[in-house]
Amino acid sequence: MTRVEDPKATAPPAADGGAPGYDVRRTLPLRVEAVRQFRRRRTLVAFAILLALPWVLVGAFKLGGDPEADGMPSLVDVATASGLNFALFALFVATGFLLVVAVALFCGDTVASEAGWSSLRYLLAAPVPRARLLRQKLVVALGYAAAAVLTLPLMSLLAGTVAFGWGDVSLPTGGTFAAGDALGRMAVIVGYSLVAQLVVASLAFLLSVTTDSPLGAVGGAVGLVIVSNILDAVTALGSWRDFLPTHWMYSWMDALQPQLQWTGMAKGAALSLAYSAVLLALAFRRFRSRDVVS
Amino acid sequence: MKLGGAGRLRERWNGTGRATRWTAAAAAVALAGGGVAWGLDGEPPVRTRSQAVQVLDGPKDDQKVSIDTTLYRPVGRAKGPAIMLGHGFGGSKDDVRADAEALARAGYAVLAWSARGFGASTGQIALNSPDYEVKDARQLIDWLARQPEVRLDGPGDPRLGMTGESYGGAIALMTAAYDRRVDAIAPQITWNSLPDVLFPNATGAGPGDGVFKKLWAGVFFSSGAGNTACGRFLPSMCALYQKVAETGRANPDAIATLQRSSPASVADRIKVPALIVQGQADSLFPLDQGDANARAIARNGAPVSVVWYQGGHDGGDTETDRIRGYVRDFFDQRLGHRGDGVPGFAVTRAGGLDSSTQKVIVEAATAKSYPGLAAGARTLPLAGREQEVNNPAGGNPASISALPGLGALGSLGDLGGGALAGGGLPVDMPGQSATFDTAPLTAPLRITGAATVRVKVTGKGDVPLFAKLYDVPAHGAASPARRIAAPIRVAQADQGREVAVTLPAMDYRFDAGHRLRLVLATTDMGFATPPQPATYKVAAVSGLTVPAVPALRAPAAPLPAWVWGLPAVAFALAAAIVLAGRNRRRAAPEFDASLADVPLQITGLTKRYASGHLAVSDLSFRVEKGQVLGLLGPNGAGKTTSLRMLMGLIHPDAGEIRLFGHRVTPGAPVLSRLGSFVEGPGFLPHLSGRDNLDLYWRAIGRSPGTAHLEEALEIAGLGAALDRTVRTYSQGMRQRLAIAQAMLGLPDLLVLDEPTNGLDPPQIREMREVLVRYAATGRTVIVSSHLLAEVEQTCTHAVVMSGGRRVAAGPVSEIVGSGRRLEDAFLEIIGEGP
Repeated sequence: MTRVEDPKATAPPAADGGAPGYDVRRTLPLRVEAVRQFRRRRTLVAFAILLALPWVLVGAFKLGGDPEADGMPSLVDVATASGLNFALFALFVATGFLLVVAVALFCGDTVASEAGWSSLRYLLAAPVPRARLLRQKLVVALGYAAAAVLTLPLMSLLAGTVAFGWGDVSLPTGGTFAAGDALGRMAVIVGYSLVAQLVVASLAFLLSVTTDSPLGAVGGAVGLVIVSNILDAVTALGSWRDFLPTHWMYSWMDALQPQLQWTGMAKGAALSLAYSAVLLALAFRRFRSRDVVS
Repeated sequence: MKLGGAGRLRERWNGTGRATRWTAAAAAVALAGGGVAWGLDGEPPVRTRSQAVQVLDGPKDDQKVSIDTTLYRPVGRAKGPAIMLGHGFGGSKDDVRADAEALARAGYAVLAWSARGFGASTGQIALNSPDYEVKDARQLIDWLARQPEVRLDGPGDPRLGMTGESYGGAIALMTAAYDRRVDAIAPQITWNSLPDVLFPNATGAGPGDGVFKKLWAGVFFSSGAGNTACGRFLPSMCALYQKVAETGRANPDAIATLQRSSPASVADRIKVPALIVQGQADSLFPLDQGDANARAIARNGAPVSVVWYQGGHDGGDTETDRIRGYVRDFFDQRLGHRGDGVPGFAVTRAGGLDSSTQKVIVEAATAKSYPGLAAGARTLPLAGREQEVNNPAGGNPASISALPGLGALGSLGDLGGGALAGGGLPVDMPGQSATFDTAPLTAPLRITGAATVRVKVTGKGDVPLFAKLYDVPAHGAASPARRIAAPIRVAQADQGREVAVTLPAMDYRFDAGHRLRLVLATTDMGFATPPQPATYKVAAVSGLTVPAVPALRAPAAPLPAWVWGLPAVAFALAAAIVLAGRNRRRAAPEFDASLADVPLQITGLTKRYASGHLAVSDLSFRVEKGQVLGLLGPNGAGKTTSLRMLMGLIHPDAGEIRLFGHRVTPGAPVLSRLGSFVEGPGFLPHLSGRDNLDLYWRAIGRSPGTAHLEEALEIAGLGAALDRTVRTYSQGMRQRLAIAQAMLGLPDLLVLDEPTNGLDPPQIREMREVLVRYAATGRTVIVSSHLLAEVEQTCTHAVVMSGGRRVAAGPVSEIVGSGRRLEDAFLEIIGEGP
């Protein structure tokens, strides 16, 4: 240990009472938060899985041969038709669970883990104002979640093109799209997937603010998605199912119809945005008035 | 697919209502709500009265027949225009109840009746003959004119519309021709010419040379016959059928008789406004039958609207609500002079699948006027040389085009679902068909109408062939554009004969890159073909002329209101959630200049947790510059809660904390002058100690140069461990790193909670010196501790807490008094001393 000498002990404070050099607009910059999150093992593992999965799938198709149609048309029947087809298939198998887990991981973990490590209180006492802390964390978490949702189809496109070649998209129902047209549709699909996953992100974020346990937040969000899926299977609920958060999760497949159908995606986007707005508002409200005792 | 039993096929004939359910189950394509949605709770009840009306008919008007009727009284008014609603073949007046109630609710007096030979009516079936069924209908009009619920145009002349499906649609056309009192008709999926329907010939050579539509004819006849050979058929009708079914050829007698039951025979006499509804999945009465009716009526100068919908006798989406709406709008305009009526031409198209319900989305494309089946034609060259095709012995196995019940599959073809539409069904048998392809389309092509082509056929005797149009994708299997075939019969083709073939009328979209394929097959399961084995030669001698109606426009289906409303409401709700309760303003000013040099003043601080535990009660004390203050108290005294409130982590219930005169609120900028270490360290375990401090400093909004990182790191004394991840640290190492973090930037007020936990004695001693020196620079230190000896040696002042209250405060020397140890004084103060 050493001596502490500082001649500027009485440096004049700023008008708002802040220490010299303190600027609230510099607190928790996005870049710093991104670095803090990026070097976490679960971030790296999540991206490693998303990057590796397409190659695993390619291996599976190479090993097992071309998929055989089993009567009902589905994307797996045409998964090996081209790189774009393969990317669509990968997105199809990942939408229901893998992407949900990835998005819930990044958004559910972000505040709860800080609370778990006790680092949250030092950030708040620094002080990083609560609303700002939440906003910066939300932006970074959504950024990582979006990167996750983008990573899978992009890597699948690469893996699929290497393995199955570049070409037109074959639709399970028999038609084809030219590759150029299909890229545009792919953009619509990925864009919609991002919006559709927003509700998962918001739910996880709210839970993250509410609990100190990262696992609880991530698991809670995934669990609620599963419950929503189960309720969605209860056809007796009729049109009430339209308002389940996961009901429109696969509506991006409407972009694979010969004539692009916007209706389902419009409904899904409206629902996702509506839920997200309320969930995020609750998160901010909750965090603002909460006593941080972790 | 196996052909179902006769009963099943009979059902198909009965009109679409009952048949629908079967189709839905078979093809798993869901339907519009139909009969269920109609008449749900909340709909006004419709009052009816049933009566047997006695009529006289027959060529000599001498046959007494009792017609079973039900009159649905108009809802909401005493008198309304009348609508006569006929039923399908094999059914009765009860089948049309839902349609009748819907029209009655729209204000019409609706008469449903069982045609002679059906239901509870007496008499025999004469196939809508002018001598029988038409006479019955005319006397029903007489009867209607006497009913008090019916509005009259003149004495004995009701304001009258007629509608109905199939058999019930034909009687509307026939009656309109024979009785001027009919004001408007809306015949649905019905025929123009029965001979052409049962003996079609797409070369235009007429029914005498037609190909017998044996499957449908059999279904048709047996649904009227019931369990006996001739059932309730007029004996002459029965004999007629038996003869043609046996020979498979139409004799002139049969043609003449059937012709008399056909609107075609009275085409020049139907002069009332008409809505012609025809089905796109209808191989019994195909679209060309509706076209013939529409053209005939239009020729007479009456306005005609044409609707092609997805269903028909083959099955498919009945679009019940849409068709009911069209019929109602039509009668509203023509009988009630209300509304805009129906567009001149409406075609419903499968626009896609709703991915959430797996239902086919059907949208209606409309145009101002009906252009017929050959509008906007252009010709696509056909490739393919002359081909030999075989007629198998016995005409078996036969290729399959349209069949009752397959209609639902047809609509999927329009979705690019050709392969799906096939459903593994063998379509053409090898060697039995000749194919001619166009070049791949450079742009999507929608055919609306009937394509035509000239072909040359060479073969012995009469050659029956079945012309079909297929959709051929660039990769993948060809599939029928619509499941319907146009039969042709080429007579005396030994030397080869050229004929013009009109393909089935359809509305179908071919994608860009696809080819159109003309298929000419020797067999079709629905038709009678010769049993003799034979070989023919077929060649296409012209291009394929395809019609289009570009004027047809489908308005985008409107999104439900909640698509816009829900997010708007949600955003408003979100704003309310965030804004509500935001300003819990207090009376006290944010800054008290008189306290600017007082590092800390706590006044009346109180905190009660949600559990009810009163953690801090009315705590007040003050810390001056240069002091090292010890905060003492047993466990649960409220020390940590107080420090958390000081850091802005916990909202106090009452009282206030001022740092250098600024009131502490969560996130108050003045907190940047506070360095704190409370209740253990908080680090990101996956980062090294150095990175933790570095990122922390960059995260708290301070200018980079003022961190004094090196001094802090020296206090931590971690040496090489600084670059290991924090998760590998011992508790003491974390403790020292956390104190270093608290001292980053050399804050004016340093708060340390149990700083010596986990430190070894030399480190404790050094820590003590560090704190004393720190205060000596004019800064202030608050140490909370339970090690009283520590406090005694380090602190200048002390505050003693117990049970959330301050029990003593002042210089350590005063608290201790003379000659006592702090420990004794402390125990005495908190009430546990000797």
